[in-house]
Amino acid sequence: MEFRPTIGLETHVQLATATKLFCGCANRFGDAPNTLVCPVCTGQPGVLPVLNRQALELGIRAALALDAELAPFTKFDRKHYFYPDLPKGFQISQFDLPFAHGGGIRLDDGTFVRLRRIHLEEDAGKGIHDRGDSTLVDLNRAGVPLLEIVTEPDVHSSEQAYDYLTKLKERLRFAGISECDMEKGSLRCDVNVSIHPVGQDGFGTRCEIKNLNSFAMVRRALEYEIARQTQLLESGGRVVQETRTWRDAEGRTETMRSKEEAQDYRYFPEPDLPPLTIDAQLIAAIRTQLPESADTRRARYQAMGLNSEELQTLTLDRASGDWFESLAKACGEAKAAAVWTCGEVNRLRNERNCSFSDLPITPAQVASVIALAKSGRASVSAARQVFNALVASPSKTADSLLNELGLEQVSDTGAIEAAVAEVLAANEKAVAEYRAGKEKAAGSLMGQVMKKMGGRANPAIVQEALKRLLAGG
Amino acid sequence: MSAPLHLRKAVEIAAEVREGKLLARDVAEHFLDRLRRYNPQIFAFVEIHESDLRAQADAVDAARRAGATLGRLAGVPVGVKDVLCVRGMETTCGSKILRGYRPPYDATAVERLRAAGALLVPRANMDEFAMGSSTEHSSFGPTRNPWDTARVPGGSSGGSAAAVAARLTPVSLGTDTGGSIRQPAALCGITGLKPTYGRVSRYGLIAFASSLDQIGPFATCLEDAATVTEVIAGNDPRDGTTVAAAAPNLTDALRQGVKGLRIGVPREWTDDPSEWYLTTYPKELQRIYQLVRSPGYLQRQPSRLERLQIEDQIRQANGGEIIDGIPNEIYASMRTQTLDVAIEQARSQGRFFMDVDTRDAITEALAQLEKLGAELVSIDLPNAPLAIPTYYLVATAEASSNLARFDGVRFGFRAEGRNLEEMYGRTRDQGFGEEVKRRILLGTFVLSAGYSDAYYKKALQVRTLLKQDFERAFEKCDVIAGPASPFPAFEIGSKMDDPLAMYLCDLFTAAINLVGLPGISIPCGFAQGPKGPLPLGLQLVAPALREDSIFAAAGAFERATQWHQQVPKAFAS
Ligand SMILES: [Zn+2]
Repeated sequence: MEFRPTIGLETHVQLATATKLFCGCANRFGDAPNTLVCPVCTGQPGVLPVLNRQALELGIRAALALDAELAPFTKFDRKHYFYPDLPKGFQISQFDLPFAHGGGIRLDDGTFVRLRRIHLEEDAGKGIHDRGDSTLVDLNRAGVPLLEIVTEPDVHSSEQAYDYLTKLKERLRFAGISECDMEKGSLRCDVNVSIHPVGQDGFGTRCEIKNLNSFAMVRRALEYEIARQTQLLESGGRVVQETRTWRDAEGRTETMRSKEEAQDYRYFPEPDLPPLTIDAQLIAAIRTQLPESADTRRARYQAMGLNSEELQTLTLDRASGDWFESLAKACGEAKAAAVWTCGEVNRLRNERNCSFSDLPITPAQVASVIALAKSGRASVSAARQVFNALVASPSKTADSLLNELGLEQVSDTGAIEAAVAEVLAANEKAVAEYRAGKEKAAGSLMGQVMKKMGGRANPAIVQEALKRLLAGG
Repeated sequence: MSAPLHLRKAVEIAAEVREGKLLARDVAEHFLDRLRRYNPQIFAFVEIHESDLRAQADAVDAARRAGATLGRLAGVPVGVKDVLCVRGMETTCGSKILRGYRPPYDATAVERLRAAGALLVPRANMDEFAMGSSTEHSSFGPTRNPWDTARVPGGSSGGSAAAVAARLTPVSLGTDTGGSIRQPAALCGITGLKPTYGRVSRYGLIAFASSLDQIGPFATCLEDAATVTEVIAGNDPRDGTTVAAAAPNLTDALRQGVKGLRIGVPREWTDDPSEWYLTTYPKELQRIYQLVRSPGYLQRQPSRLERLQIEDQIRQANGGEIIDGIPNEIYASMRTQTLDVAIEQARSQGRFFMDVDTRDAITEALAQLEKLGAELVSIDLPNAPLAIPTYYLVATAEASSNLARFDGVRFGFRAEGRNLEEMYGRTRDQGFGEEVKRRILLGTFVLSAGYSDAYYKKALQVRTLLKQDFERAFEKCDVIAGPASPFPAFEIGSKMDDPLAMYLCDLFTAAINLVGLPGISIPCGFAQGPKGPLPLGLQLVAPALREDSIFAAAGAFERATQWHQQVPKAFAS
């Protein structure tokens, strides 16, 4: 019998806000434990949450970027459980009235993955378990705004799941909603998977898998779990509804808790936060500020004549495309701007291991380098040297550096013709060979002219002069 | 020669301190002397920080000498209930579980009092986590009523009320979730205001039931109550539930008079004893308590398995039927019982809906108001009898959630355990008192999957019905009048074994919290107790944000009567 897997994904994304969801503490990764805390996010008695407008607006932006619909009326709820990293004994989340629903993502194979809901909630703290007997708790993360994005069960393979996550990440990063960095925990994902015989209606019993720390892990865990469930059913067994954890080192999932142990979260409306009405004006305002999506950008760049390699580099994140566009605007030529952004600029970025927005050189400066090449005053390699020099001394101009380095290209036709004539006179044999039809000989002649002129002659003019004089005899 | 400081208005003291006629330090010493002398007799304060009070007073005097303009409560000692956070001062909600907890911040109300030059006097005794109506449920021991120290001062703000009644501080702050300011004010013969929900910021008020809690003043006169309210009220960006409206001008409203004001008298508060308060409802609650007494409920959310077991027990207890929601059942029984039968049943059990002295005093107070120019109108609050069960569902649900943070992890008391689960269980079992545990149990049950529809959601529906009742009533009147407590102060210990009888103390007050309206209790007479007079309180309720109407009516009443000037004999000199 053949089985078909059905997969649902639940993704948690940390919003890139300046402060936490319900207090004024900074939302930042990597600080010393318990330094980004206050009475509110440590759950001191008597404190009250106050909603961070920026988080709500980023949430709305995310919903728009995912083509979801915004609820006109939404509220927060308390979700209760006891755990040391949860200061209040409950998490402020959204239960029956999430702020957005619908929308979705089109996969490469044409499948449309629908979104069931998107809601806002606060993150919990972090347990630190590697200090001997005791567990320590770091509450820097407690109260950081999270977006929970839940799909409909529209995914049917591990490949599709991988593709969905990749595209989700691209959309959210492009819209400036989150870094979506799984290593820093700013994107986390749980999956649900069940299998059922092809051709039959309904769904099989599903298992939830947790502890997935990369997209590749999601793919591996799903492959394992689909195989496990298939084997179970084929051997006459039964899938038990439960939560399983992924053991990456061993490459398998194992039981974490059964359905009977499932928690009763006792949701009820958060009485400390008044319900929200999201008015159409706010949505419209956010929509006008919504950054262009990667897909739209790709199509636009393609129309500009960029090749697929350039398209890929320039839509990796928003900053790369933004940089390219600033450069294109400054130098007035899209193709050259693409070549430079994907070439020298990207090489520099890799070298510095920084993002496009943190580069030590501006698009205007690079445009001035491109202008040197375009006007013929610098050869391509000279322009590269000027670029590097400019990075080293950003206060100087491309022009002055060209002079300083003595790289200015000679385009004086008279001087070049004189040099060509000299070379031809000294290389009768080669000239004869060329004239006998051996066109290759021109190459060595060209090289000699360039050498004679210290490598600074404009190669186009040299070539032309060479051709003319050889033909003219 | 003027009267001793403790018999003068807080506003008079403040005026003299502002003018430099009186040193804040002298005020502090006068009241410290009284605190030392009288607090041991009534235990209004669980501890007194003498040097801190002197330091606050000296700071006020120094500010004046430096030429600063002093605030409206300059040099006035203000008792602060143990539920309000005072930076660096132990704040425990009368509970063992918060022992040693020193908040790193001031509550907004406390901050505003400081800014007005008040001298903070933490911390007044209270029922643990404000759960109770007698201040007997304090882990520090009970507070006593200055009018008869064998009796309770009411609760949960009993310490704050007793302090003002015994003139240990001129004014104090309490909190009111179901009657916790108005009922002790009535039982102690002073004025106590619960402002409109959202009037006073709850930031720094350790929450019992977030949608009901409100901070308010105790005072010996309306002018002092008005001043304290004006100081602490107003929007607070740290509390999203505070209203945008500016603090009300109640001092002016006081002088408006009552002429032409329509005062509504709910039939349900004066005539209708109801059998189900005394029988159906208690039985229902008791059954739930018994059923949910599984240890899992206290320390964590019940697992699905535990819930299934409880469901089974309930099925058996009900002969195969899952019980319907409390409000629903009570609602039905209310509609089928005739009032005569209910009265008869209640009387035959020797329990009366409203004590006779209370009823007489209220009737007389209403007559007085009419004489002063008010128009009395009869109104209906058909759902008012549902207020108590609804209140106990909403309040316990929210409490079970609010008290989840007391887990021994970050602050306060911690009992050791072999593992996390055991630490949680022991901490909460040993740290909370019986009444608090009872309410956490009930609240947890009320919010459990499968029950929250029948209990919590239904309670919210009744809350909406109640709101509509009051809206309709206020089409016919400007202020609603009735008792603040069904009976005067009762003896310490007399209701401790019967939690449900204790819950009836909130009979006339809980509905007001459920709909978020402002309500006051002002002295309106005395019942004759075995050891002397026992004070009685008149409750006045107004539409949201119309505290001014309350003060207009109350002001006229206060000017025409001397009830508020009575001081318990043992504490007068
Ligand atoms: Zn914080």
